[in-house]
Amino acid sequence: MKYLCLVYLEDSKFTAVPDDECFACGQALRDSGTLLAAEPLYPVNTATTVRVRNGRTTVMDGPFAETKEALAGFYLIEARDLNEAIQVAAKIPPAREGSVEIRPVRQLNV
Amino acid sequence: MDVPETVARVYETESRRVLATLIRLLGDFDTAEEALHDAFRAALEQWPREGVPANPRSWLVSTGRFKAIDARRRMKRFDALDDVGEKADVGVIDHAAWADAESVEDDRLRLIFSCCHPALAPEAQVALTLREVCGLTTEEIARAFLSPAPTLAQRIVRAKGKIRDAKIPYQVPEANELGERLDAVLRVIYLVFNEGYAASSGTALTRGDLSAEAIRLARLLVELMPDEPEASGLLALMLLHESRRKARATPEGDVILLDEQDRSLWNREQIEEGSRLVERALELRRRPGPYTIQAAIAAVHAQATTSAGTDWSEIVGFYDLLLAREPSPVVELNRAVAVAMRDGPAEGLRIVDAILARGQLTDYRLAHAARADFCRRLGKTRDARASYERALMLTKQEPERRFLERRLREL
Repeated sequence: MKYLCLVYLEDSKFTAVPDDECFACGQALRDSGTLLAAEPLYPVNTATTVRVRNGRTTVMDGPFAETKEALAGFYLIEARDLNEAIQVAAKIPPAREGSVEIRPVRQLNV
Repeated sequence: MDVPETVARVYETESRRVLATLIRLLGDFDTAEEALHDAFRAALEQWPREGVPANPRSWLVSTGRFKAIDARRRMKRFDALDDVGEKADVGVIDHAAWADAESVEDDRLRLIFSCCHPALAPEAQVALTLREVCGLTTEEIARAFLSPAPTLAQRIVRAKGKIRDAKIPYQVPEANELGERLDAVLRVIYLVFNEGYAASSGTALTRGDLSAEAIRLARLLVELMPDEPEASGLLALMLLHESRRKARATPEGDVILLDEQDRSLWNREQIEEGSRLVERALELRRRPGPYTIQAAIAAVHAQATTSAGTDWSEIVGFYDLLLAREPSPVVELNRAVAVAMRDGPAEGLRIVDAILARGQLTDYRLAHAARADFCRRLGKTRDARASYERALMLTKQEPERRFLERRLREL
């Protein structure tokens, strides 16, 4: 089963965890066969929101919802069940600075 | 006994076990529930004709499983998606895998731990446990929690959806996380008990059914995990509280405090069982857990024949132990009440004022009620009045309000 672990951080904490540590975490998860993909993101002030209404595309600065914590990166993992996913998420370094939201990946109904 | 009666009795004693095993075999709560009902429907039809089977439980499991697989197969044929022969899981029904008592008992534990999984919202954990483990109907749970049945039903549906979609595993946690996960189970049970023991709002002071259900759950847990001292501790704590049920309120529902209760109304049987369990829990672990310590305190109260004859030093000692384990202002407040009994109200007042001065418990009604009581006993009428009034402002419970109003009048 695939799970997406979304890393959320406050703006001021975006660089709180050294890149080396994130790299090492990703490497370890990749070696154990757990990691499918992982990327860090630029802070939320670089975000652009796109919407299509009645065939018209509108583009806006910033994220849709203003919240204290913003999406800072993601890990797409393969895990047996939610318990295993929780164990992996707890090892993601920014979990100690912000939070990690675990979402099960859905199969498209086609 | 005629057959329908037998079926009804088997439903009462076995349906939760059968459900727990069916969830493991079928991998899904809803499918298992449907299979459970199909199995009992089949029992009502077949047992009068063929006689009651020697082992009704395994008959029900195997029938339920067969019906579910059959339904799944028919659905597939209907969908015309899959006629590439039968899948492996519809093959031989292997009795050995689930017939032995041990794996059935494990299934009950799996069910409890799944319902109390920390990834579910706390209210959902409670509702799901009462629904799936205790077999209460959604309407019964809604009535007990004074919330609308559709809200409760939706909470349960959502929780089951999350178990399925996020794949919360059906298993007893491994040793390294068992402690934490067991705490969550105990918390759910204690929450159910407290909801039944002292309603946080509304007019009824006690709602006995929920407390009885919580005690039954804890008994089951102790039976399934006899070496977990905190499970015994929690059961003891609830039994000792429950033993005072008849004495703690007037027939009109007015509160009677511990020191004014008619102790002949206390349930001796529950006190004895509770005290035995506390002793066992204290023997099982050198550093007792919070439920065991609270049960030990309740046991000291239960053993005293009068309020004055209570061993308050021992109670203060247990509160010290509890504070060392889990520092909390509420525990400090309870300790203050015991200290006031041992050393006099001035000492109790000193502790409560220190807590309030730290800005803690300022909106907690019982802190002000305790302060009022200390002041009353010290003859500080003006201070007592102010604190009773503050407590009265904060309480939402009708019997408590009447109690505080009575105390105010008596000043």
